[in-house]
Amino acid sequence: MQKVAIIGVAQTKYEAAKTGQNIPEMVSGVVRDALRDAGITIQQIDNVVTASVDLWDGKTASNVYLTEVAGAVMKPEARVAGDGLLAASYAHLQILAGAYNTALVVAHCKGSEGAQMALTNWMFDPVYQQTLGLDYLSAAALQACCYLDTYGISPEQCARVVVKNRRNARRNPLAQAPAELTVEDVLNSRLLADPIHELDAAPVSDGACALILASEETARGRSPHPVWIRGVGSSVDAHYLGDRELADCQALTVAAQKAYRMAGLRDPRQELDLAEVSEAFSYQELLWTEGLGLCPRGQGGQLVEEGITARDGTLPVNPSGGMLAGNPLFVAGLTRLAEATLQVRGEAGERQIRNAQTALAHGTQGPGGQAHAVMIVGA
Amino acid sequence: MTKNAAIIGTGQTRHARRRDDVNQCELVNEAVVRALADAELHPQDIDAVVLTNMELFEGRALPDLWCAEGAAGYLKHCFKIATGGTSGTSGAMAGYYHAASGLFDTVLVVGFEKHSEGQTTGGMALTDPMWDRHVASAAIGNFALSISQYIAARGVTPEQAAKVAVKARRNACNNPYAHLQMPEITVSDVLRSDLLADPIHRLDMCPTSDGACALIYASEEKARKLSPRPAWVKAAVTRHDQPYIGDLENRLLTMRTLRDAARTAYQQVGIRDPLRELDVAEIYEPVTYAELAWYEALGFCPEGEAGRLIDEGMTEMTGLLPVNPSGGVLSTNPVGASGVIRTAEAALQIHGRGGKRQVPDVKTALVTGYGVYSWSDVMILSSEL
Repeated sequence: MQKVAIIGVAQTKYEAAKTGQNIPEMVSGVVRDALRDAGITIQQIDNVVTASVDLWDGKTASNVYLTEVAGAVMKPEARVAGDGLLAASYAHLQILAGAYNTALVVAHCKGSEGAQMALTNWMFDPVYQQTLGLDYLSAAALQACCYLDTYGISPEQCARVVVKNRRNARRNPLAQAPAELTVEDVLNSRLLADPIHELDAAPVSDGACALILASEETARGRSPHPVWIRGVGSSVDAHYLGDRELADCQALTVAAQKAYRMAGLRDPRQELDLAEVSEAFSYQELLWTEGLGLCPRGQGGQLVEEGITARDGTLPVNPSGGMLAGNPLFVAGLTRLAEATLQVRGEAGERQIRNAQTALAHGTQGPGGQAHAVMIVGA
Repeated sequence: MTKNAAIIGTGQTRHARRRDDVNQCELVNEAVVRALADAELHPQDIDAVVLTNMELFEGRALPDLWCAEGAAGYLKHCFKIATGGTSGTSGAMAGYYHAASGLFDTVLVVGFEKHSEGQTTGGMALTDPMWDRHVASAAIGNFALSISQYIAARGVTPEQAAKVAVKARRNACNNPYAHLQMPEITVSDVLRSDLLADPIHRLDMCPTSDGACALIYASEEKARKLSPRPAWVKAAVTRHDQPYIGDLENRLLTMRTLRDAARTAYQQVGIRDPLRELDVAEIYEPVTYAELAWYEALGFCPEGEAGRLIDEGMTEMTGLLPVNPSGGVLSTNPVGASGVIRTAEAALQIHGRGGKRQVPDVKTALVTGYGVYSWSDVMILSSEL
C-alpha cells in the first residue's frame, strides 16, 4: 500500500478571542507556516481539504473565503464539516487512492464568535433531544455521571487531568491556558453541570491548524522530517444518548482497533510513546484512554493517579496540554495530529517527550463523543 | 493515476417542495434503502459512509451525527462533506476516493437537503460580513448580473433560455422521482412567469426541494463481483475559484473552472469531440441561461452557439447528446443532494436502468457540479474500464 507522510505542520497560538485577525487572516498564517515547514510552495500543493462548520462561522459554505488563502484557486478543495482529524484522514485516503500527491489540510474555528451552547444544542436531532435543551455541556455531564457511577471514578481523579494538562501547557508556547493548579482549585471552581466544574471544561478558543501530507514518492528525499501515517480508524456511535452505552465509548474502541490493526500495533500501551487525545472535559481523557485500550475499562482514573499519563510517565497523554488548555472545536483533532507529528520529529520544544517514535492522535465530534477518529503516526 | 472504483447502485427519494411525512434522518434512509436494494446489498455490507448536506440551510449543526444511523453508518467511518452547490459532486468524488483507497470495499454516499425546514435565500445571503453581505443577493440576484453580461456578449435570447426550461420540465415527466413535472409547459409559459430579477423569470430558475439521493461505490475487484454493469469512474476533476463575485470577470462567459475541469477530464479519458463522444450528460444547471453557458464551457459547441444547440434540439432526448434526461436541477434541487442526483442519474444511464428516461446504449456519461459563484466539478463515468 502507498505510504503517506506528514511533511509540514503549523498552528496559530490558541487564544480566547483572536480579535486582531479575521478567519482568512488566521488561516493564511498557518498555511504560510506549514508550507515553510514542509519546504514547498503553494504551487506544489495538488489538493486542499478544509475543516469548518458553517454554523460556527455564521456563513454559508464557510470554506468559500479560504480559497485564496489556502491556495485553492483553480484547484480541488473539499470541506469536511466536522473535526480536523477527519479532514486529515480524507486527504490521506485521497493520496492512497492515487488521486493526488500532496495535500494541504487546514482547520479553523473562532469559538469566540458564536454562542457555543446554542450551537451545540443544534447538533441534536430536532425532534426529541434538541427540544430537551441538551448541549455539549449537559450531554457531557450526563455521560460523566454515568461513567463516574459505573466505574467508581472520582471527581478528584478527573481534577487531576486538569492539573496535569494545564501544567503541561506551561511548556507549550501555543497553549491558551497554561496554569499551575491544584485538585482543590478544580473542585472549588464554579459548578457548571454536576459533576463538571468550570475548570473541568475546555475554555472557548480561537485558532487554526494546518498540515501538509505527501505521498511516499514525494516525501522521500524532499522532506527533512517526514512522519508517516501508519494507521487510521474512525467510527460513529448511535445519536440518541439513551441508545448508547455512555460509560464505554464503543465507537472509540472500534476506531482505535482499526487504527492499531492497520499500524500493526498489538499492545498499544507498550508500543505507543505518547497519545494526544481530544478531551473537551476532564473525565473524557480518562474515558478515552479506556476506549483506546490503553487500560482496562474503569481504570482510567488509576492511570492518571499513578502518573502513567504524566509527561514523565510511561505513556504521556496530552503533553501539549490538550483541549483543556484551549483548542477550538473542529480544530482540536488536527491540533492533536500536529502535536503528535512534532513529537515524532523530536521538535516539540520544551514539551518534547524523549525518544518519541510512535504517537497517537485522537479527534472526536458530537455530544458525549458520538464520533471518534484515531490516527497513528511514526518515524 | 487513481485506482479504479465503480458505482454499483443508486437510489433516491421522491423529491418535493415539502416532505413533511419524513424527518431528515428518515429522508436519508428512504434513499439508502433504495440504493441498497438496487445493488442487492444489506446495510452490513457497507464499509464507509459519506454524507453531503449544507448544514446551515436547516440549521442543524452536524446533521451527519443524527443521519448516520439512517445511512447504515452505525459504528462505521462516516462523515460529512459540504462545498455549497458542489456538495453532492464533492461527496460523489469522495465516495470514489474511499472505494479506490484500498481502505474500504463498499462505500455509500448520501446527499440530502430539506429546504422546507429553512430559509434558503436568507441562508445563502450569509456571506462575508465585511465585503459581501450588504450586497448579497443569493443565487437569483448574482445570476441576473452575470446572465445580463452573457446575453450582451453572446446574443442568446430569452426564448432560447426558455427552451431549456421546457426541455427540463418535460424530461422530468419521465422521471418518477422529479419534483417539477410539467408535461404541458411551453416557451411562452416561461416568458410569462413572474420576473424575479431581469432577465430571470420564475420558470428559468431551479426550485428548492426536499430530497435525498444515495450512491453505492465498490472497489474494482468488488465491483466486478457485485455488479453486472458497473459504472466506472474514469475522471474526477474539481476546480474552485475566488470567493468574491466582483473578482470573477465575465463569470458565465469564461467559466474558467468548468472549462478547465472539463478539458482535464476529457484529456484523461481521451475525448476530443464531447458532443459526439459522450452518450449522455447530467449537468448542474441552476438556471436556464447557465445550461447554455455550460454548453460552451463543456465544449459542446463553439462560443456563441449554445442558442443554436438548443434551437436545433441537439440536447433533447432525441438529440445527438441528451442533456439532463432526469429533468436536471431545474426540476429537482435539494442542494446537498443535487450533485449526487446528477451522478446517480448518469450511473443509472450506464446501468441501463433509466426506465422511461433511458437513453439507448449509454457507454460514456458526463456529470457536472456547480456551486458558490463559480466552482465546478466534472466526472466521467463509463461502462468500460
